[in-house]
Amino acid sequence: MTVTEAAPEAVKRAGTSVEFRGLRRSFGEVAALDGLDLAIAPGELVALLGPSGCGKTTALRVLAGLEQVDAGEVLVDGGDVTGVPANKRDMGMVFQSYSLFPNLAVRDNVAFGLRLRGVAAATRRRRAQELLELVGLDSHGHRYPHQLSGGQQQRVALARALAIEPRVLLLDEPLSALDAQVRTQLRDEIRRLQLRVGITTLFVTHDQEEALSIADRVGVMRSGRLEQCDTPAELYQRPATAFVAEFVGTMNHVPGVVAGQEVVVAGHRLTLAEPAGARDGQLVKVLLRPESVTLTAEADGQALVSDRSFRGAVTRVTATLPDGTTLLADLPSVTAADLQPGAQAAVRFAPQPVLLAEGE
Amino acid sequence: MTVSNTTTRTGAAGLSAAPARPTGRRWVARAAGLLGLLPFLAYTGLFLAAPVVMVVVGAFQDNDGAFTTDNVTTAVSDQYGRAFVTSIELSALTAVVGAVLGAVLAQAVLSRRPDGVLRKAVTSASGVLANFGGVQLAFAFIATLGSIGIVTKALAAVGLDIYQGGFTLFGFTGIAIVYIYFQVPLMLIVFTPALEGMREQWREAAENLGATRWQYWRHVAGPVLLPPFLASLLLLFANSLSAFATAEALTNGIIGLVPIQIGALVSGNVVADQQNLGKALGLGMVIVVGLVMAVYYRIQRRTARWLG
Ligand SMILES: Nc1ncnc2c1ncn2[C@@H]1O[C@H](COP(=O)(O)OP(=O)(O)OP(=O)(O)O)[C@@H](O)[C@H]1O
Ligand SMILES: [Mg+2]
Repeated sequence: MTVTEAAPEAVKRAGTSVEFRGLRRSFGEVAALDGLDLAIAPGELVALLGPSGCGKTTALRVLAGLEQVDAGEVLVDGGDVTGVPANKRDMGMVFQSYSLFPNLAVRDNVAFGLRLRGVAAATRRRRAQELLELVGLDSHGHRYPHQLSGGQQQRVALARALAIEPRVLLLDEPLSALDAQVRTQLRDEIRRLQLRVGITTLFVTHDQEEALSIADRVGVMRSGRLEQCDTPAELYQRPATAFVAEFVGTMNHVPGVVAGQEVVVAGHRLTLAEPAGARDGQLVKVLLRPESVTLTAEADGQALVSDRSFRGAVTRVTATLPDGTTLLADLPSVTAADLQPGAQAAVRFAPQPVLLAEGE
Repeated sequence: MTVSNTTTRTGAAGLSAAPARPTGRRWVARAAGLLGLLPFLAYTGLFLAAPVVMVVVGAFQDNDGAFTTDNVTTAVSDQYGRAFVTSIELSALTAVVGAVLGAVLAQAVLSRRPDGVLRKAVTSASGVLANFGGVQLAFAFIATLGSIGIVTKALAAVGLDIYQGGFTLFGFTGIAIVYIYFQVPLMLIVFTPALEGMREQWREAAENLGATRWQYWRHVAGPVLLPPFLASLLLLFANSLSAFATAEALTNGIIGLVPIQIGALVSGNVVADQQNLGKALGLGMVIVVGLVMAVYYRIQRRTARWLG
């Protein structure tokens, strides 16, 4: 693969940093951005994750210059770009779908930005070819967008965005229109490419698996603000808030009773990760990951196994507590053998600090 | 990179789909397919091919049915030749003006909210106005822009006597204005879907890649909209070329347009037994439309590559 020839130009620019400071943007009553702060290091890939309508796209479009802000500033390499029009920002954007120009062949789509910059035809053609090689479509340059599959179209869109050697690469759910298999494949390719080119990247998605697997850091957004921005592992293991905890990965909601800095769950005392906003003796819902729950077959155990599904190394066992609470437990498959539906099991929890669910 | 696998696979799949050998069963299937086409063929045969054949044959016959080129020769000379020139000029003018105004109006309407009152009103009004023609339309214009029309009098009252200035509703300019009146809404109706097909992402992607608004229009929107624009223009041209009742009612046939001449010949108003000359004029119209379509087809073929 001749990637190395395509990359160097872009590498020179890899040192771009981005910072959002107190971004606000309202559409009528709706505050799409409500004081968003985020700093992206040079060469870093940050994924913005969050429920629909939390302002991810708006944040990305603000950086691209396609959307204006009511307040706050956008710094690129330390310089405020808030007043710079979109066509002067040098941001390479990949849209959700259907953004290729239908009247231009694939190679002309890729070369479009270079043409606008007055690059000579021969150079343009060569660069377009290199970029198409980079995304594995070098034999498709003469085709028209409608002759490509959805995944191929998104590859071309990626090549087109990279062609202008943008300061930052912006991707707004570029994979959401694709089927599962192509999606994972292209996702990994995007990451590989991003690392190779070393370009600062902001990737918007509402698919947590996508965000966790591709990003250096994941920013979880909620109602126009950043709830937490951390590495995937940190986010999963030490979510800062209940919202993040529930948004990323699976969580059990187990009833418990607050006792000072602790909470009592099914007879076990667990430490609270943050000071409880609840009185002693108050009934709360405790958030517990399936892998922090251990079940052992015991005749006088308090949980009743109702279901199990084999997932390779682990088996997910579903059990019911006496109060009717459903509990999911991920157990090493070797130890889960005797936890068949109908069996009684004892429950234990990993001794990590726990978070309480909101509003309960 | 793993991508190439996908492409090879697709390629292989394409090869394996080799054409099957024609068998007896296939001929049956084919015949059945033609059977399904029958209503369509009957329809076009009856209402399209048959009249054209009658026109062509009649154009080259004298009243006794013998072959002659006299009709055709007459059809391109003197008053009839001039009628063709006038008809084509009028159609070209009203098609171009109607198409440009209609396209601009359609764009303006589309930029309004889809559920807004204005957009709904304009769209429904266009449906009515595009089909507004004949005597009623002529009368409407006479009542407004005629020598004693409301608008004419109102303008005169503020010191602008348009008839004094040489204007008349009953000449070429007058007919052109009346035609444009129904060409604009027709354009709006036929061109709106093309505008609706324009994706906001194209503009934003272009802008993102550094394009100014003008560059976006030049490299993307213009080329994408040109074929449907030309197709609409052609439709407007044909619409105007064949319009008859409006001009007839407005000018009483003073302005020689081909449809009016044909009408006069076929109904035997001018000279008896000139029906075949009328057919020769009809043939001329078929040829004009055919030529316009040929030009359009050539342009279309160039863009067909990217039309999915
Ligand atoms: N142009 C606009 N006009 C009016 N409201 C808008 C506009 N753009 C966004 N909004 C509103 O702002 C909020 C945030 O929108 P945004 O598109 O940024 O969400 P998102 O996080 O990208 O959601 P999704 O995952 O559904 O794409 C939403 O409530 C949306 O309805
Ligand atoms: Mg979005």
